[in-house]
This record gives sequence, C-alpha cells and structure tokens, in this order.
Amino acid sequence: MRRKSDMIVRGIINLCALISVLILVGILGYVFVRGIRTVTPSFLLNETSVLNGTTGIAGNILNTLFVIVITLLFAAPIGIGSAIYLNEYAKPGKLVRMIEFTTETLSGIPSIIFGLFGFIFFGSVLKLGYSILTGSLTMTLMVLPLITRNTQEALKTVPDSYRTGALGMGAEKWYMIRTILLPAAMPGIITGIILAIGRIVGESAALLFTAGSGYALPKTAGAFFDKIFQSGGTMTIQMYLSMQNGEYEIAFGIAVVLLILVLLINFLTHYLSSKFDVSKKK
Amino acid sequence: MQMQNKNEKKQMSIISGSAGRSAGETAAQIIFTICGVLAIVAVAIITIYMIINGTPALAKVGIVKILFETTWAPTADAPSYGILYIILTSIIGTALAVLIGVPIGVLTAVFLAETAPKKLAGIVRPAVELLAGIPSVIYGLIGLMILNPIMYKLEKIIFAGSSTHQYTGGSNLISAVLVLALMILPTVINISESALRALDPKLKFASLALGASHEQTIFKVLLPAAKSGIATAIVLGVGRAIGEAMAITLVSGSSVNLPLPFNSVKFLTTAIVSEMGYASGTHRQVLFTIGLVLFLFIMIVNGVLSAFLKKGAKENEA
Repeated sequence: MRRKSDMIVRGIINLCALISVLILVGILGYVFVRGIRTVTPSFLLNETSVLNGTTGIAGNILNTLFVIVITLLFAAPIGIGSAIYLNEYAKPGKLVRMIEFTTETLSGIPSIIFGLFGFIFFGSVLKLGYSILTGSLTMTLMVLPLITRNTQEALKTVPDSYRTGALGMGAEKWYMIRTILLPAAMPGIITGIILAIGRIVGESAALLFTAGSGYALPKTAGAFFDKIFQSGGTMTIQMYLSMQNGEYEIAFGIAVVLLILVLLINFLTHYLSSKFDVSKKK
Repeated sequence: MQMQNKNEKKQMSIISGSAGRSAGETAAQIIFTICGVLAIVAVAIITIYMIINGTPALAKVGIVKILFETTWAPTADAPSYGILYIILTSIIGTALAVLIGVPIGVLTAVFLAETAPKKLAGIVRPAVELLAGIPSVIYGLIGLMILNPIMYKLEKIIFAGSSTHQYTGGSNLISAVLVLALMILPTVINISESALRALDPKLKFASLALGASHEQTIFKVLLPAAKSGIATAIVLGVGRAIGEAMAITLVSGSSVNLPLPFNSVKFLTTAIVSEMGYASGTHRQVLFTIGLVLFLFIMIVNGVLSAFLKKGAKENEA
C-alpha cells in the first residue's frame, strides 16, 4: 500500500533518531569502560601529590562544592527575588521588558565571555585574583537566568485564587508571598537550583580564568575557609588540564565522576517535575 | 537579605501596627526590585567592560591590521596580530556544524513529535536530554580520543602524495565541526519538537483527509507551518556553536590557518582559551579584542533571535 518514497523518508527519520541514542550510549559506554578502573576510593579521597605518591581529585571535589555553595548563596536569593518582582510586584512596562530582555541576554552569552569578564572585573578590578570567590561571582551571573526563569514559571502556576484568598483575609503582600506562594512554588524553585548546580558542575570555560586551577586540600580548619580567596580548580578544570597534559587516565576518571553526577541531577529534576505535575493536578 | 527578612518578621509580630507593616512591605518591594534590576546592571557592566578591554588593541595595532590580516604570530619578534582566519574559522565552522546538526535534529524532532511509537519516544527523549547535560569537556575528551585518530588516518590516506600538507595528527576543522554539530543537537531537537507540537492538529488532519500520506504531510504541511520555530532552533544552535570553547580547544588544533577541512585551526573561543594563560601586553589586549568580536557576534545572534521570537508570538496571536 505505502509508497516507496514514504518508506525511505520514514527510514531516514528513524535513522536520525537512532543517531542521538547511539551517540549517547557510545559516549557513556566508552567513558565508563576507559575510566571506571581509575575511580577508586583513593582517587576520590586523596589529592594528587608527588611526595605521597597519590593521584586523586579530593581537592577538586571540594573546590566544586565550594563554588556550588557560594554561587547559590548569591544566585538563589537574587534569582528568586527577581522572579518575585517580575511576577508579583511589577506592572507591565518598560522596566519589566528590560529585565526580561537582559535576563534572556545573560542566558545567551557564552561561558568564555563570562570567563573573560569575571577575570577582568572580579579578578582585576575588584582585586579578587584567581580565587573560588571570583569563580563563584562569575557563575552567579551565569546561573541567574536559570533560577529566575524557573521560579517565575513556578509562580505562574500558583492559582490566582491563592493570592486573592490570602489578600482578602487581610494578609500583607510579602506575608502572602512568603507563606503561600513560595511554598507552593517550591518544587519549581528547587528544580531551578538543581539545574544551576548541574550547570556549575559541568562548567569549565567560565572558571578557567576566574577560579584558577589549584588542587590542594586545605590542611587546617582555618585554611578551610581561606580557600574561598585562593585559586581552586573544579573537577572539569582538572579534567581539561589532565587532557592537555596527556594524563588521559585521570581525565577519564573525572569524566566518569562527572557523568554520574549529571545522571543523578537528571533523575532528580525528572522526579521533581513529575511531583510538581501531580500537585498541579490537585 | 536573610537577616532583613528576620527583622521584618520580628517587627510585624511585636508592633503589628500599620506603620510597621507598610515599612516591611516597602522594604520587601525595594529589595525585590533591586534583584530584578541586577540583571540589567550585569548586562550593562559586561558590555562596558568587553568594550573597554577590547578596543585598546584596535587603536594600538590598527583596526585593519587586526581584523583584515591573516598572520597570527603574537609571540614572534616582529609580532603580527591578524585575526581574519580566526574569524573565518568561527563563521565557517559554525555554518558547517549547523548544516550537519540541523537536519539530523529536525528529523529527530519529527520522530519525537510525529512518527515515534510512545515507547520509543520514551527512550529517545531522555537520551536527548542527557546529551544536553553532558559537560563540554567530556565532548572534548571524546573528540580528542575518538575523532582525532580517525581524522589522522583519513589525513594520511588523502594527503599521502602531498608534499605541502602540514600533518595535524587529526586535530582539524572537521573534528571540531563534528563535535559542535553533536553539541547543538539537543537544542535543535527540543525547540523544533515544541514548534511541531504547537501546531494546530487541524492542519495535519486536513492534509491526511485530502489523501496525503503521513510523510507527505510532514514535509509539505507540518514543517513549513513550523518554520519560524525551526528558524529559532537554528539561531539558538548558531549561538551555542559559535560560543563553545572547551569542547573544541584541544580538538581543533593549535595553529591558525585558513579554515579548510584538514587544516589545524583556531576559533575565536579556542584562541582565547589556549592563549590567555600565558599572554601578556598587546597579545593579551588582542585576545580581548577577539572576545569583543565574539561578543558582537553573540549580540547579533541574540538580536535575530528576539526578532524571530516576536514574529512567532505575533503569528500565534493572529
């Protein structure tokens, strides 16, 4: 019954879809096969040290955590606040359009530009040098749109009857936002934050010239917080440097760790968004 | 900010007078407005600093000597800072990546939106999402370990008799283009799929009722109807490809050449990544000029994008 040309077209369409899946499976399989033997407890818990003869990424894991926490400390309040402003306070007009346009622009700027800007502005002008703080401030600008947009979407799904109900009972606006809207929008906000974490974990170009490439673990409790003002390379940076130096075993090891994190983050966001949908149906 | 919130709470519970209330309210509103305006401030400062740092080299070396000369020898005794080949590499590399990535992406979107059985779509869609989440350094590693050796073998066969060809070990334009094409796939697929899904189902039913096959309907009715969405997908793909740095730095080669398939090339992004670490003086200033050129490209892409989005919104209203 079916025409030959239709069959061919259908074949090509299926082939294209197959390509994406095969490439993903190929990448996952290849990286895991080449890297899984490198990922031992000692690899995860030690820093690379010629003196002790250890090879490990503990310092880089710690740096990654530092960058995540500090970035979110800045980006989460600002992003959520911005979304609250856009959705709850602002009246449609020039300012709102400007904010939405610039938020859109921020999400379109490539990470290497953020890297250059962070290097010059936070690193040189504000004199923070190569440090975890410089990297975190740079990452703040990068993940801001992600958090703003997700919070905004979540706030939009909260029914207006919640607002009118609370305000009608005499609640003040900020009280209403704090006790009714934010809890109702929480799954969306958390999704935004998790996506931001994913972005930070995978980022490299914006961090290379801002957070630097230090990989040492802090030796004392006091040195722990000093780390914030010192150079610290995240896992992706260490991976890039290892590739550059031809230390492919380390690179594949880090790649395995990164892929596991990406998979986890992916499952988490899926889980959350499915939960979000259920609460919407109620 | 957290501190302030706590103070407000206290204030409200102790003096629940209307004056205290409105003060807290006003504070909240002001803080949220500032949060919103920060995005504008950020973009303004980024733009200003990119211009401040990108222009001195243009004045020092000369606009023509930087933008329209082809010799890139920043560390030579008589340094030369021509970035024309670097600009061309970014343009041609991006164009080729889009040329490869968009057809595959759009057809995958057709598969997901139209032809796939639910179960298969349930495998392909998460796979695409995961591809989008893989860090760019990992794409770089794959390119370096898999594509480059293949390219080196091809290179040895193709240029077997040539005496002028400089062997690159497989780090060439094609390797970088393939990595970029792969990296824009998820963007193209997602945007095109939502464009296809947003179409009025009547279009499809009308076409099928007239006796067209499903495949004919897809290519003669649905894809043309979704063209503004697909155009948006292409523009986003261009933006992603032209700005990608870490995935292709080690894959594309380490010297600046005319962007021919088997030449070692540097993109705008990879020139910055590979040289910023050791550059100083004029060399560093020129790297910032390269950053400014890239920034301009991205702003153009963003402008085109928002024009498309506006057009799309209008079409939806009509």
